[in-house]
Amino acid sequence: MADEIKKLSSQLAQDPDSLVFLRLAEQLRHKGQLDAAHRVAVTGLERHPHLADAHDLFARILADKHDYERAFDEWDMALRIAPTHVGALKGLAFLYFKVGDVEQAAAHLEAAQRAAPDDQGVAQALALARGGQVPQDTPGAPPAAAAAPSPASVEEPLPAAAQPLEEARVFAGLEGAEEGLLLLDASGRVLGGALKNAQGQDVTDAVAAYLAGVSQEAARTTKLLGLGKWTGVAAEGRSGHVHLTAPTGDALLLVVRDRAVPMGRLAIIAQRAAGAARRWLEAHG
Amino acid sequence: MTATAGYGQALDLITRVGGVRGAMLVSAEDGIVVAEQLMEGIKGSAVAALAASLATRLRRAMEAAGVGASLFWHLQAEGGALLVVPTPNGILVVAVAEPDVNVGLVRLELLRAAEVVG
Repeated sequence: MADEIKKLSSQLAQDPDSLVFLRLAEQLRHKGQLDAAHRVAVTGLERHPHLADAHDLFARILADKHDYERAFDEWDMALRIAPTHVGALKGLAFLYFKVGDVEQAAAHLEAAQRAAPDDQGVAQALALARGGQVPQDTPGAPPAAAAAPSPASVEEPLPAAAQPLEEARVFAGLEGAEEGLLLLDASGRVLGGALKNAQGQDVTDAVAAYLAGVSQEAARTTKLLGLGKWTGVAAEGRSGHVHLTAPTGDALLLVVRDRAVPMGRLAIIAQRAAGAARRWLEAHG
Repeated sequence: MTATAGYGQALDLITRVGGVRGAMLVSAEDGIVVAEQLMEGIKGSAVAALAASLATRLRRAMEAAGVGASLFWHLQAEGGALLVVPTPNGILVVAVAEPDVNVGLVRLELLRAAEVVG
C-alpha cells in the first residue's frame, strides 16, 4: 500500500487537477493516516467543489475522525450535487442510526437501494435497520464508532445558532459575523453583519451597493423559467466563494469565505445564518 | 470551424447532460442571445437579459468583496436551476436544468463549452 500511495502522490504532483486525489485520500484513510487524507481531500475539493465523490470521500474521513456534524454536512452536499449518490445516502443513514433516528436511516437506505439495487451492503444494512439494529458495516464508519452510541447528535443545532440573539447584532455568535456575513434589505441597505477583504479592509458598503436588487432579479428569473421560488445563488470566485439566499421575501443574505471552504459547507453556513437573520427580522420587523 | 458551428458544438456539450432543459450563449454586456438550444416554452431573450444583469451584479459584488470575478454561478430554485459560466471574451454559457440534475456534471460541461466558445 505504501508503494501505491507513493505512486498516487507522484501522479497528483504531476497533475494537481486530476481526480487521482480521490484514490490517494482513500488509500491514506484506509491506512489510518487521517490527517494526510484530510489534507488531500480538502485540496481536491478546492479544485473540484462540485464533485459529489469528493464530498463523499471527505465525509468518510470526517466520520473516521468522529467529526460527525461536518461529515453530515458533506454527505448532505454530495446529495445536493448528485441526489442518488449511494455513498452519501449510506453515510447519512449511518449518521441517522447513530442518533437513533431509525426511520430516517431506513429511508436513506431505501433510496440507496433504489439507486443501487444490486448493492448487497445496502440490502444487509436495510435488513438490520428494519430489525432495529445498528449496521456494523456502513461505509465510512469506523467499526468501533458504528457500534458505540454517539455522544453528539448531528441533528442538534450548533451551539452558536441556539444562543439567544443579542439585540443589536444579527449574527451574534456566528462564525464570520464581522467579516464574512451580510444582511441587506431590498434596496441594498445594510441591516447587519460586515464584510472585509483579504487585506482586512471593510468592503461592506461597496458590496451592498452592487447587490441591491439581486433578490428581485433572481425572483424574476426563476418565475420566468417556471422554476418557482429561488432558494440561493452559489458562486465560485478565483480566490473565494459566495452564497446568497433570501431569509425573508425582501431581505438578502450574503456569505463570503475563501476557497478552502467547500461550497457545501458554505451552503450550510448560509442556512444557519439565514435562520438567525429570520429570527432577528421577526424580532425587529 | 465557423463560429456558428462552434457555438452549436458548445451547446451540444451541455444539452446532452440528463436533466438539462436547455442551454444558451449570452452576451454578458448587453444580455442578447448569441445562440440557444432551449426547450419550447422558455423565453430565451428575457432569461438572457436577466442572466446577464445578475452576472454583472455578481461579478461586481464579488470583485468588491475581494474574491475575484465569478468562474461559475448557480441560481437554485424549488423547481430547477440556472447555471452559468462566464467566459473571458464576454460570453455567458448558460444552462437551465431540472432540480435533480447532477450539478457537478453540468458545471464540467459548461466549463468545456466555455473553452470551445473561447
